Amino acid sequence: MAIGAIKLRKAYKNHWVFLVLAGALLASSCTSGKLRHEGDDPKDSAQTRRAATLTIKGSDTMVILAQNWAQAFMDANPGKVIQVSGGGSGTGVAALINGTADLANASRPIKDKERKQLAKRRNVEAQEFRVALDSLAVYVPTANKIEALTIPQLKKIFRGQTTNWKDVGGEDKPIVLYSRENNSGTYAYFKEHVLDNEDFAATAQTLPGTAAVINAVSKDPGGIGYGGIAYAEGVRTVKVAPADRKPVEPTMENATSGKYPLSRFLNIYSAGEATGIAKDYLDFVLSDDGQQIVEGVGYYPLPKEATAAAE
Amino acid sequence: MTLRPRRAKSKLASSFRTPLWHRVAERTIALLALAAVLAIALIFVFIAREAVPMLWEAEFAEEVQIRDLFFAKEWRGYDEPVFVWQPVGEPAKFNVMPLFIGSLKVTLLAMLMSIPLGVGCAMFIALYAPRAVREVVKPAIELLASIPSVVLGFFALMVLASWAQATFGFHFRLNAVVAAIGLALTIVPVIFTISEDAIQSVPSTLTEAALALGARKYQVALRVVLPAAIPGIAAGVVLGFGRAIGETMIVLMASGNAAIMELFDFTTSVRTVTATIAAELGEVAQGDPHWRVLFLLGVMLFAVTFVLNILGDLFIQRLQKKLTAS
Repeated sequence: MAIGAIKLRKAYKNHWVFLVLAGALLASSCTSGKLRHEGDDPKDSAQTRRAATLTIKGSDTMVILAQNWAQAFMDANPGKVIQVSGGGSGTGVAALINGTADLANASRPIKDKERKQLAKRRNVEAQEFRVALDSLAVYVPTANKIEALTIPQLKKIFRGQTTNWKDVGGEDKPIVLYSRENNSGTYAYFKEHVLDNEDFAATAQTLPGTAAVINAVSKDPGGIGYGGIAYAEGVRTVKVAPADRKPVEPTMENATSGKYPLSRFLNIYSAGEATGIAKDYLDFVLSDDGQQIVEGVGYYPLPKEATAAAE
Repeated sequence: MTLRPRRAKSKLASSFRTPLWHRVAERTIALLALAAVLAIALIFVFIAREAVPMLWEAEFAEEVQIRDLFFAKEWRGYDEPVFVWQPVGEPAKFNVMPLFIGSLKVTLLAMLMSIPLGVGCAMFIALYAPRAVREVVKPAIELLASIPSVVLGFFALMVLASWAQATFGFHFRLNAVVAAIGLALTIVPVIFTISEDAIQSVPSTLTEAALALGARKYQVALRVVLPAAIPGIAAGVVLGFGRAIGETMIVLMASGNAAIMELFDFTTSVRTVTATIAAELGEVAQGDPHWRVLFLLGVMLFAVTFVLNILGDLFIQRLQKKLTAS
């Protein structure tokens, strides 16, 4: 303080310093006031803007699919805006609960706990829309020649009990596990259906997004990972066998018929009845055009009977 | 000012009695300075406020026992007591030890790499480099500080990790070493800049005296300049440490994020405190036990950096006193 005061006194002749400072303060307060005013003023336009904007958040598995849907929807309906972002199924549902998203993409069913939170926070029921079918594929690098793995083998591998490829019929090479962050729906699905809700091995590296997992697996000779079928590039998918049956390839037929043990529905959730633009968007997603996009991205369209059931 | 003739001073004082804006400006500046302190205190209070209810909340007690946050436990499905961070699952397991060990491992490794590099560079630039070299190298290193950490993280993830695995044959492609190299890239400029300043400001009388006594150039550098600049270098190291332990993006991308309880093997993948908070906070509902634990992590991280900064400061002050006294 004392030093500051002395320095100030030394500069006492330079009144202009203070004038400039005061001027800057005044100017900044004026502009900020003006900005606030501008933001407040056209209330009607802000409201119409909100009505024409849809915010969708959630599953990273579905983010490319949702972007394609949104793009096609916006092309067909000029003036309507859809914002799509990822972050994970858990993130999407949390955003739905907190009211920061209109729709949530989820690659897993909503949890009871989340339903309750939504009911408590926003006083509405979660509505589920099944929008596509996915085979959760198990990936290995292309150089890995392993043909098939059974669910119990997969469980042991991802629990960290099997640590070498030779124990499941492969080369003598340590297994390196790649998993997803725990806000991921894919993570939750895999944990439930493969690990029987036991924990992943602590050595499993958790990566943000399926694309990151694929990328890591493709570069790691001992790697193994899992993720949505649409991302399979630069890696091989392994046939998966339910406990004591024949190995099944993750193809559209096997997913649709339910033969592939790790096929699942991709869902969209809304808080209460979907209305307005959200309803239009969901109608589009479930339409033939929307389902064609599903195929284009690499997932499987809903089987006809499932679409009928949803309607 | 004290040397000013008496008459001139009184004249000055009279013409200067009560310019209001001076006092207003002084107060404003003082307030601004206080605001920084206040902000730190408030941040701590608000983070702690989210974490502390875990001590009495029934919802928390139902799911988590405080003891299990810090000590090993033999969970269902495990053969021995383990430290595990598995926040999603039944039951959720929130043991913070693997995370703190992860943070410390990456930070230590990054410091081990960047202290010799940063200080060495600073000595070279300040004492040895010809002018032309200095004018290229110094801005280049300082430019390194302005690279966004997400870019460095991406570089570590895509390029460094593959290179390191091919060269050293790591089991984990993404591991503490890769993350630490990425981190070192952000810390070296910090340590370099401050060390270089410290070395430059060593009084030339010292070096001249040493040279006059017949010391060689390297003797001057190592035995005269370096010891005299140590307080400044230490300040740079403390700052770099704070930056390293708080850095999020690089470790999130390049460390593999596996919460492994492993003290000595630095080639395993690690999950740091910061990366955990960044990756998980977006997903949890407010007030959830998971939410409380993440804020507890924040409080602990804050406490660690705060204490280390204070200790570093005290150390520097003592050193300075010692040096000026002799």
